[in-house]
Amino acid sequence: MSANQRGASITVSKLRKEYRVAERASGLGAAMRALFRRTYKSVVAVDALSFHIEAGERIGFLGPNGAGKTTTLKMLAGLLHPTSGSVDVGGFIPSQRKAAFLDSVTLVLGQKQQLIWDLPPADTFELNRAIYQVEKADFERRVGELVELLALATIIRKPTRELSLGERMKCELVAALIHQPGVLFLDEPTIGLDVAMQVVVRDFVRQYNERYGATLLLTSHDMDDVMALCPRILVIDKGALIYDGTVEELVRQIRPEKRFAVRFTQPVLAEDLSAFGRIVKLEGAEAILALPQDDVPQRAQGLLSRFPVIDFEVTRPPLEEVLSELFLRGKKP
Amino acid sequence: MMRTLRVLPTMWRIGLYESIAYRAELFIWMLTTTMPLVMLPLWQAVAETGPVGGYDVDRFTAYFLYAFIVRQLTSVWASWTINMEVKQGTLSMRLMRPIHPFWAYAIESLSALPLRLSIAAPLGVFVLYWTGARYVVDSWAMAGVGLLAIVGAWLISFSANLALGALSLFTQSSIKLMDVWLAGYFVMSGYLVPLSLFPAIIRNATYWMPFRYLLGFPVELWSGSLTMHEALTQLAAQWIWVLLLGATAALIWNRGLTRFSAVSG
Repeated sequence: MSANQRGASITVSKLRKEYRVAERASGLGAAMRALFRRTYKSVVAVDALSFHIEAGERIGFLGPNGAGKTTTLKMLAGLLHPTSGSVDVGGFIPSQRKAAFLDSVTLVLGQKQQLIWDLPPADTFELNRAIYQVEKADFERRVGELVELLALATIIRKPTRELSLGERMKCELVAALIHQPGVLFLDEPTIGLDVAMQVVVRDFVRQYNERYGATLLLTSHDMDDVMALCPRILVIDKGALIYDGTVEELVRQIRPEKRFAVRFTQPVLAEDLSAFGRIVKLEGAEAILALPQDDVPQRAQGLLSRFPVIDFEVTRPPLEEVLSELFLRGKKP
Repeated sequence: MMRTLRVLPTMWRIGLYESIAYRAELFIWMLTTTMPLVMLPLWQAVAETGPVGGYDVDRFTAYFLYAFIVRQLTSVWASWTINMEVKQGTLSMRLMRPIHPFWAYAIESLSALPLRLSIAAPLGVFVLYWTGARYVVDSWAMAGVGLLAIVGAWLISFSANLALGALSLFTQSSIKLMDVWLAGYFVMSGYLVPLSLFPAIIRNATYWMPFRYLLGFPVELWSGSLTMHEALTQLAAQWIWVLLLGATAALIWNRGLTRFSAVSG
């Protein structure tokens, strides 16, 4: 695989990453003792992680803080050496950091930037053009497209330090995609963006994936990113894989229910409503009920015939709630 | 390698833009490297009553102006950059590029050369004028060796920066070690006192340390204090240090990357 080619498959087998961390108790005495004798403990960030991603898939990589998402992403990108286990990205072992591998992947870290702080983003783009050896005509066409799509025309000539976080994030995406990588590792790519621009970035990432067949691995705390982009999710907790499948299947296993959001013509009593399902929220004339997934039509029909209703909507439970419950269980569903 | 060579001009140009953007900072940094210009009037005053160890007023003038110029041409700050990038986690972004970071660190230092030369070059002309061209290399061959000595000095400085900076991959910070290196440099390189004025035991010891080859050797060479034989002997010793420190830097860097925990990233 090389730059400008289509996405690559990713295979991870029994991946493990262990850190050695210095620790000491608080207080002056402990600080003095640590001067002469440091104690270390071993922290397992990723443990026996195995999965396979087909070329061109869009995968959401989810887990609570400290679950090992970013550590895994960095091992896939070749930044961290695994303690044990193996990683294969398009036939490459990432930790060997071969130029052909680096040509074919990109990593966007929402909290870190590659833009040169005191120069306009256009200079970073030009630097990346040279480093990735992109032909001038291709470079101008790609940057032109990206700049138009992300509405960056008035921004890329200003010094990076004068841009907002959202503007910088969009420019980071352009800088990361100039070499048209086949594998995208995105860590919180919509952080700092307003709602409208989050939608633009999601659409943009999806279009990129569909157009070039690029493989996408996304971590995000914004479940809207995941719902909009990722047909398949991998969920890890304490470094171990606890779910691999579709969002729908996860919801069906963890919370086999639908949310029935309804607005009545007048306030209703909780005791009247509870006969139809578990009340999630009730405020005046508005309510959200949790209905068993396999009994939604009957219960909805009964409710609609019992109360005068202005409007209603049936949705699945929020992914955040489903994941929280999954993490609380701390094991495979 | 061909790829790297093709990239270097663009990297250098972008680096120059950065130097221009940081011109105020660069100017302030240059002010911190003016110690030879501070030492100059002190030693001139000492030499008023007669030469000291063969140095008269003009020779001190030439020595310390050359010292200032060599310092400008051979300064590298890669160690601080690596430490900052390790601490902030931005080293990750640099490592994702298909070009060895050493090239980037080298170009970042070298791209500031035009601005530094804009100050160093007039000073060089001033040395020639002030001293009646008495303290200068006396042949083109010696000038050629002198250029190699400047390149060697820069490479020692660069390699030491990389080696000490790369230690931060193990320890998260190695700035203090760089301070220790600089302390050795200030004392043992001829930066504050010409090495030939040191007691023989210390002067002889400096031949076995890298610091002399960072400054004292090129300065003595350019001020015409060395014979061709002495110049070539010290040049050989200098390039042995280049190889030793370069190999050390590569070793520490490669080992460090396998340990790099990217804590901040």
